[in-house]
Amino acid sequence: MTTAEESYRLSNLKTLEAESINIIREVAAEFDNPVMLYSVGKDSSVMTHLAIKAFYPKKVPFPLLHIDTGYKFPEMYDFRDQYTKKHNLDLRVHRNEEALKRGVNPLTVGTVKCCADLKTKALLDALKEGGYDAAFGGARRDEEKSRAKERIYSFRDKHGQWNPKNQKPELWNLFNSKIDPGESIRVFPLSNWTELDIWTYIYHENIDIVPLYFAKERPVIEKNGQLIPVYTDEHEGEIKDVMCRFRTLGCHYCTGAVRSDADTLPKIIEEMMVSRHSERITRVIDHDQDSSMEQKKKEGYF
Amino acid sequence: MSSDSLIEQNQNIDLLRFATAGSVDDGKSTLIGRLLYDSKSIFEDQLSVIKTFSMAHRNQEIDYSLVTDGLKSEREQGITIDVAYRFFSTPKRRFIIADTPGHEQYTRNMATGASNASLALILIDARNGVVTQTKRHSFISSLLGIRNFVVAVNKMDLVDYSEEVFENIVSEFNSFADKLSEESIYYIPISALKGDNVIDRSENMPWYKGSTLLDYLENVNVSGGRNLNDLRFPVQYVNWGGGDDFRGYCGTIASGVVHKGDKVRVLPSGKTSTVSRIVTFDGDLDYAFAPMAVTICLEDDIDISRGDTIAKVDDLPVITGSLEANVVWMDSAPMEIGKDYLIKHTTSTVKGSFEEVMHEFDPDDISMRSSEVLNLNGIGKVKLELKSPIFADIYSENRSTGSFIVIDPHTNQTAAAGMITRCKQVSPDKACKSVKARVITYPADKKEEAKASYDRLSMHGTHCIYVDDDLLQATICKGVPVDSDQYSEAINGLCEIATRSGVSVVVCSDYLKD
Repeated sequence: MTTAEESYRLSNLKTLEAESINIIREVAAEFDNPVMLYSVGKDSSVMTHLAIKAFYPKKVPFPLLHIDTGYKFPEMYDFRDQYTKKHNLDLRVHRNEEALKRGVNPLTVGTVKCCADLKTKALLDALKEGGYDAAFGGARRDEEKSRAKERIYSFRDKHGQWNPKNQKPELWNLFNSKIDPGESIRVFPLSNWTELDIWTYIYHENIDIVPLYFAKERPVIEKNGQLIPVYTDEHEGEIKDVMCRFRTLGCHYCTGAVRSDADTLPKIIEEMMVSRHSERITRVIDHDQDSSMEQKKKEGYF
Repeated sequence: MSSDSLIEQNQNIDLLRFATAGSVDDGKSTLIGRLLYDSKSIFEDQLSVIKTFSMAHRNQEIDYSLVTDGLKSEREQGITIDVAYRFFSTPKRRFIIADTPGHEQYTRNMATGASNASLALILIDARNGVVTQTKRHSFISSLLGIRNFVVAVNKMDLVDYSEEVFENIVSEFNSFADKLSEESIYYIPISALKGDNVIDRSENMPWYKGSTLLDYLENVNVSGGRNLNDLRFPVQYVNWGGGDDFRGYCGTIASGVVHKGDKVRVLPSGKTSTVSRIVTFDGDLDYAFAPMAVTICLEDDIDISRGDTIAKVDDLPVITGSLEANVVWMDSAPMEIGKDYLIKHTTSTVKGSFEEVMHEFDPDDISMRSSEVLNLNGIGKVKLELKSPIFADIYSENRSTGSFIVIDPHTNQTAAAGMITRCKQVSPDKACKSVKARVITYPADKKEEAKASYDRLSMHGTHCIYVDDDLLQATICKGVPVDSDQYSEAINGLCEIATRSGVSVVVCSDYLKD
C-alpha cells in the first residue's frame, strides 16, 4: 500500500492548483454571471492561468474585469493588453471617470479618499453595472490579518459590504452559492496559497508577469522610508537611480519598490525565503490607520 | 545548494493542516502567536505593529494573541470571533493552522476550521481542567473524521508546573475520549505565554519526558483519510460547445484512481462507457487520482450533466434518497421537521427534509437523549428524505461522498453540516423514473430555440435527448425514403422509448403526432 500511496502523491503546488481549479469551475457552474477581477499583478497572472487550465481546451467562460485607477504603472497597461490578447481572454476595463475628471489623486485628496473613489467605488459600480453575481479575486490569507479571516466564498450584501462577524460556515469543499438578487459573492481561489507558493508556481509554470517584479536600476525618490518610482519630472533633484524591484503592484504613487538584485525568478524565490518583511510593507494604503484593510473590505474593497 | 533544488525541496516537504480547539480564554491565539513568533514566521513589519498595539493597549511588550486576532472587534474584546488561517513552515514541514474561536456562540466557525484539518490541537487551561466546550470541540473534531489529537495543557506556569495537575487532566480527558473514535492522543504540558514546551523544552517541568509541541507537529504521522480505492468522479461542469467536437466532463476526483481505458458507469442513467481521454492543460494523462482536478472524455456519447457521478462499473456508490446522518446544527433558526431544505452533496443540490431526530448527543459525555429538533450548536443523528437521489457513501469510508451541507432556502444560510452514517439503496432504474420525463416539441423551422431549450434542460440536470429531422434521416431512416406516416411513427416510437426510460426529448419537427 505504501508504494501505491507514493505513486498517488501530489506535490503541494499541484494540490493547491487542483483546489483552486475546483473552486473556479464550481463558480462557473453555479453562478449566472461571474467575472474575474484582474489587477495585472502576479496573483492575477496565477489566477488567470488557473482559469485557463480549468476550462482547457475551451475558452475561459467568463470575462476579466480590470478596475483601472488611471494611475497604474505604464508597464502594467502594456502587459495587461498583451497578456489578455495572447491568452484570448475577454477583458473589460472600468474607471471612475467622474472622479478622475474631478482630479482625484492621492496627492490632492489623500490616499484614503483616493482609494475610496478610484478603487472601492469604481469596483462596486462596475460590479453593479455588469450585473455580476460572483467576482473572483486573487487575495490570499497570508497577505494581511483581516484577509486571514476570509472564507473562500465571501458573501456581500446588496451594497457590496462584508460583515466579518457574520460569515457563513464553510465546510469541506462544499460551497454555499445561494444568494438573493442584488447580493453577490467574492471568491478567493488562491486563499490557501502563500507568497512563496505564488512565486514557485510562476517559476514552474513559466507564467508571464509584469517586468516590474524583476530588479533593475530605476529612478526613484525616497519618501517615508519607501522607494517611490518617478514617472513625472516634478521631483528633479531628489531623484536617484536605485537597483530595485516591486513585490506588489498598485498605483505608482502609492507603491514602493524594495532594494534588490533579484533579476530572475530563482533569485526572487531565494530572496523570498529569507525575507523578514511582509510583501505589503510597500503598500502605503495599508498603513493609513489601524485596521485600514478591514475597514476598506467592509465597505466593499477586496 | 542550487536554487533549483532548494525550490524543489521546499515544495516536496509535507503539508499538515491542523485546527485548534478548546474553550475561550484557554490561550489558543496566544499559543499560535507563540508558535509563529518562535519559529520566526512573523514578518518584522507586522511584529512592530503588534508590539506598538501591545504597549499601548495591553501594557505588555508583546501580546501574542494579536498575531491571529485580525479583526478590530476581536482586538477590542480580546476574543477570537472567526477562524484565522495562518501559515508557517519549518525545514521539516509546512503548516496551515485554522485558529478557531472558543466561544460557544461561534461553534460553527470552529467546525469550519476543523472540516479540512487532519489533526486537532486541543487546548485545556490547567486551572480549569476539561470543560464542556473542550468536550464539544473534541467531539465535533472526532465526528468530522479527525483521528489525531494533541492535547496541550496550557498555563502550567499558573499551577506551579505541577505534574499532578497535568496527570489529573490527562486521565480526565482519557476517560472522556474513550467514547470518541480517535486513533491517537498525545498530551503535552505547556505555557504558551512563557514558551514552555512549545518550541523549546521546558526547564520548569523536568518530569515531562515527551516531545515539545513543535517537535510533535513536525513528526506526527497523519494518515490523510484519502480513499484511493473507490473511484468517485462527481461531474462538476460539462465542457463543450464553441464549434468543435470536444465534449469533456470536468471535475475533481473525490476518491480513487481512474485510468484511460477504464470501464465506467454513469449515475443516475446507469449507462456504461470507457474513459477515452483524461485531459489536462499540461497534456493528456494515463491515470489520475484524488484530489486531482481533471477533464474526462468518454468513448460513447452519453447524456451527462453536472451532478451526475462517474464510477467504475463494478464499484458503485449507493444511489439513495433516504439516509441517516450525524448533523451539527449551525443556524440560529432551529431545525424544522418536514420543511424543505437544500442539501448540497458533491456537485448536486437537491431538496430534502428531516423526518426525525433519532437522538441528540450530550457533548459532556456523548450520551444520547431524545430530542424533537436540533437548535444552534446541537449535534444529533437524524433521518433525512431527499426528493431526488444522490450518489453517496458513508462518511467513515469516504469523506467526499459522505458529507453534505444543509442550506435554508428562505434565508440562504448554511444551516448544518452532515455526515452520512447509513443510506438506503434505490435501484438506478427507479432513480431514473423518479424524474418525470416529457416530450417538448418545436416546429421544424424553430431549430435554434429547440436547441436552446435542450441546453437549458441539460444545464439544470434533466436527462434529455435532442432530435430533429436531419438527425432522424441520418440515423433511423438511414437515407431510405419513407412516407410521412412511417416517419411520424418513427418519431413517436422514439419519444415513447425515451420517456419510458426516464429520458426527456426535445423534438424539432412538424411530423410529431399528439
